[in-house]
Formats: sequence, structure tokens, C-alpha cells
Amino acid sequence: MKFVVCVKLTPDTEQLAEVQPQDVGSDDLGVTMVLNPWDEFAVEEALQLQERFDGAGVAVTLGGVNATEALKRAVAMGIAEAIRLSDPAFAGSDAWGTAHALAQAIKQIGDATLILTGKQSVDGASGLVAPGLAVRLGAPFVSQVAKVLDVTAERVTVLRALDAGTQTVRVKTPAVLSVSKEINEPRYPNYTGIRKAARMQYPATKAAQIPGLNLKQVGAGAALTAWTDLRKPPARAGKCEFILGATVAEQAHTLAEKLAAEKVI
Amino acid sequence: MSILVYIAQSQGQAQPVSWEVLGKARALADRLGAPLAAFVAGQGVGEIARAAIACGADNALVADEAAFAQFRAYAYAEAFAAAIAAAQPAIILAPAVAGARDAAALAAAQLHIGLATDCQGLDLDGEGNLLAERPIFAGNIVTTVVFKARPQMATVRSRSFPPPVRDSARTGQIIPLAVTLSDLALGEEVLGFEVAEAGELGVENASIVVSGGRGVKGPGGFAPLRALAQVLGGAVGASRAAVDAGWIPYPHQVGQTGKTVRPDLYIACGISGAIQHLAGMSSAKVIVAINKDKDAPIFGIARYGIVGDLFEVVPALTEAFKVRLGR
Repeated sequence: MKFVVCVKLTPDTEQLAEVQPQDVGSDDLGVTMVLNPWDEFAVEEALQLQERFDGAGVAVTLGGVNATEALKRAVAMGIAEAIRLSDPAFAGSDAWGTAHALAQAIKQIGDATLILTGKQSVDGASGLVAPGLAVRLGAPFVSQVAKVLDVTAERVTVLRALDAGTQTVRVKTPAVLSVSKEINEPRYPNYTGIRKAARMQYPATKAAQIPGLNLKQVGAGAALTAWTDLRKPPARAGKCEFILGATVAEQAHTLAEKLAAEKVI
Repeated sequence: MSILVYIAQSQGQAQPVSWEVLGKARALADRLGAPLAAFVAGQGVGEIARAAIACGADNALVADEAAFAQFRAYAYAEAFAAAIAAAQPAIILAPAVAGARDAAALAAAQLHIGLATDCQGLDLDGEGNLLAERPIFAGNIVTTVVFKARPQMATVRSRSFPPPVRDSARTGQIIPLAVTLSDLALGEEVLGFEVAEAGELGVENASIVVSGGRGVKGPGGFAPLRALAQVLGGAVGASRAAVDAGWIPYPHQVGQTGKTVRPDLYIACGISGAIQHLAGMSSAKVIVAINKDKDAPIFGIARYGIVGDLFEVVPALTEAFKVRLGR
């Protein structure tokens, strides 16, 4: 069985607040970039599945030379094969464009049993690449996967988290699964893995090398949406008012009065 | 040209955010002079369709069959696509909740429609085009998404808009949709369903959230927080530390890797205020922080703070609110 995992390089969550609106979309956000934390769960799941069901994991990303870092982390965790799609034609793609390029690459890889992704990226956070991939592959899609119960060559059975509870869902393979945080605990790469990742080559796969790739469906020209007026959210006004009092009961009373005056209780 | 709104239901109950979105859509439709259609899929959802009319829809397109008894991604997406074909909308809105997110995304991908997800503000430009405001980079940057083609689709977060006033005197047509499901849709089998903690209010829908972090010290430590939440009619949230420690289930988690909430009042108890937690709650209207450490970062975004032991402060607050609210 083959488990393809789609990954993205995103800012370290500790530094998201330091990203400046004017830098969004540039190659350098001026912050540390890491494997998207949501994708770590997808990579870990691919590794666990390959151990459970005797398969192989392949990581795919779309991005420039920098994106190699996302693949390196996946390889360091234990993924055997890594593919980097990179072409000026992809620049400015929206989620549907990215999904088109990834879908054609996944068709080229061939024989995928499952395609795994994180829930969303911590930067653009659309959560649309996974459903977009499913539609372009004509494959079933299950989101919020909290557990993979069983995989055969024909079907996969998973738990899907909904607001009111958890469904047990069975779909045909190949299927696209976007995984939730509950699914596993991502491992830390070991020394052997890090060495292997450092030695591996991550050549760019160009648009022309991907059969089925339609240049009219990728890049800024194909995008149906655009981000405008990027800005910082309004800062929270004022300083914290510490509630004092001779006793805890007095503090509590004062706070209750203040919150009532603000009409939030 | 019309506006179409997806009414999300869970176990036969409309999810409250659906009405918030419908109320906003009514205002946009009035500005455009356009009709407003609602869409609902499920089994036995006639009551929800009537409620949609009462909440502002001019008509309701309904996929009401056994095939929709349980949420199935492509089945709901194809029903939604049928509603889009019937209504020919310029603007399509759906709540950003589990299920509706998938159906909207799959339908948009199938029909090649531009989609802005998790929006918290909606407006129109001078030509009547949709302007969708959404947070990116975990809420550290806000952008206004513009669309290059119609229809234009957006999913909308809970509590972005006030719920509309219901008027049961409003009338409108309820139109059954004929949906022919593809093999892909029919191939998704729901083998079972396990209900989550019944009766608990979800953190996204609550106007008051009482959250606990590492300072709660254990599963039992959430008891005083639950008592406070109950008096306030609020929900119980948690930081990642508390969830990872196994003290409270994941659906309660607020933050970067949990839920994003925008309550009127957020009471953070024993939460230090890691940047990942702030990403999920910093747009609350009023934040109260209770922490032993006066230098905890949470006080940096709080309106009111009490430095002290949450196991003394929280029960005292519960008593004070009981008195203040006469409960």
C-alpha cells in the first residue's frame, strides 16, 4: 500500500505574531519556517499506517527551495520518498490551483491507497486543499479523521469527528483523509532520520514534468479569490485592571459588578 | 441573482450559527434587492426549513430523504450543488462548522467556485460583489478576500453576526430538491455514530466561556469551573496543556490547535497565556484572567485580572455571580 502525505512549510507558531502583512506572499516572512504543525499529524499517521499495513510513505509539497525544509522534517520522521513540485507557473495559486497541481502529481506517483493531509495550514488556513484534491482525484474525502480503524486494498474505515459526536465511516480507496489532532502524537525525528534527511536530494519537479498538469488551472491567473487589504487585527485597548480587595469575596463582588456594568453577564 | 445560505443541522437540530449567517444574508440581500434562499439537507428537516423562512429566507430548498439521514460529505455536497443550480446565486454562504465546511468545499471544488473560509465579516462593494473578511496566520493578520468570478462563496464562523429575530408570520415556499447522487456519494457508508457529551454547550456557540489550564491541576480541578460556567450559562473551555494532560476532552480545547472562540466574556483560569492559546480567544469582547503569577502573559490581553489561587477565586466568583444574577 502507498500512503501519500501532502505537506507545507509554514511559520513556527511561536512566531506567527511577528509576520508582517506586507511580507505575506513573499519568499521571506522573516520568521522561522517549519513543517506545518497540522501536517505533522498526517506524516505521523502515514508512518503508523505503513508500519501497520506494510506500505510505503511518500511526502509531497509544492514550493520553492525553502519548502525542502518541510520535506526534510517528514523524511527525518521516517518517510522514505519526497517530491517537491516547484515551478514559477505555480506562484500565486489559490487552494484550487494547488490542489490541481498536487492531484496531477499524485496521479503520476500512482497506486496511492490513501492521501493524507493536515486539517489546514497555520498560515492561509483555508482547509481547502484536501477537499480540492479529492474532487480532482474523483476520490472520497473524509475530514477530521480521529482514527484509522482499518485499511484494505479496496476500503478504508475511519472515525470522523463531528460537533455532535463521532461517526464510523467507510469509503473506497484511494481516499483523501484530512486528520485531526486527536489521531496521534507525532514522533520526534531521531539522529538516523535527521542524517538521512540531510543527505537526501530534493530536486524540483517542474510543471512540464507532470503529465496531466494544465497550466490554465494553476498560478495567480487561475485563482478565483485574492487576499486584499492585509492588516493587523485591531490591538486590544487598554491595560489590565487588577481587581483588588481585602478578601477574595470582595474581589469577586467587585468583578461581578464591573462585568454587569459591561453587560457581558 | 440571489443569495443562498446553507442551514447546517446536527442530529435534526439546526446549528445556531446557521441563523446568524441567514440574518446577515438577509441584510445583504436587502441591499442588493435580491431574493434569499435557504438550503437544508437531512431527514425530517421540514421544521428547520420553516424556521429558515421565519428567520428571513424567501424560500427554502430542501433535500429531505433517508439518503441524508446522516452526514455524508459528497451526498451533502451534491445536494448543495443541486440547490446552487436551482437558486443560481451570486453569493453562497455556509456556516464554518464540521459537515457544512466539507459540503461547501466539495461543492465549490466541483463547480469551480471561489471560496473564502472561516470568515468573520461580510460586506458588499459598490458593484454588489462580496467582500469577505477572514483571519489568516492564526488571527495575527486579517484580510479581505475578493472574488474574481461569480458565484462567490464564503463559510462564516460562529458568533460573527447576531441571530435574527424570528417572525413566524413570514411566508415562503418550501421546495423539495431532486438529487441524483453519484456513485462517489453513495459509496460513503456511515457504519455508526457515537454521541459526544450530550447536553454540553459547545465553546464556539457560547457567549461566555470559562477556561482552565495547567493551573487547574487535574480532571477534578475543572469542577469549580463547571459550577461557574453553569451559573453564567456558559461553556467550559481548556488550554492545550489541560487537554494534552487528559484532564478534559479535545472538543473543549481553545487555541491554535483547538477551537477559535469569540465570546462576550472569556474567563481564563490558571492559563498562562501561551501565544497558541491567545490565537483562539483574543477576539473575545472582555477577557478576565485569574492566575497566581502576576507576570503571566494572559494579563497582557485581559481587561480584568485577579492575582490569586483559582481554587479560592473561582468559587468566590460563582457565589458573587449567583447573588448578582439572582440565580
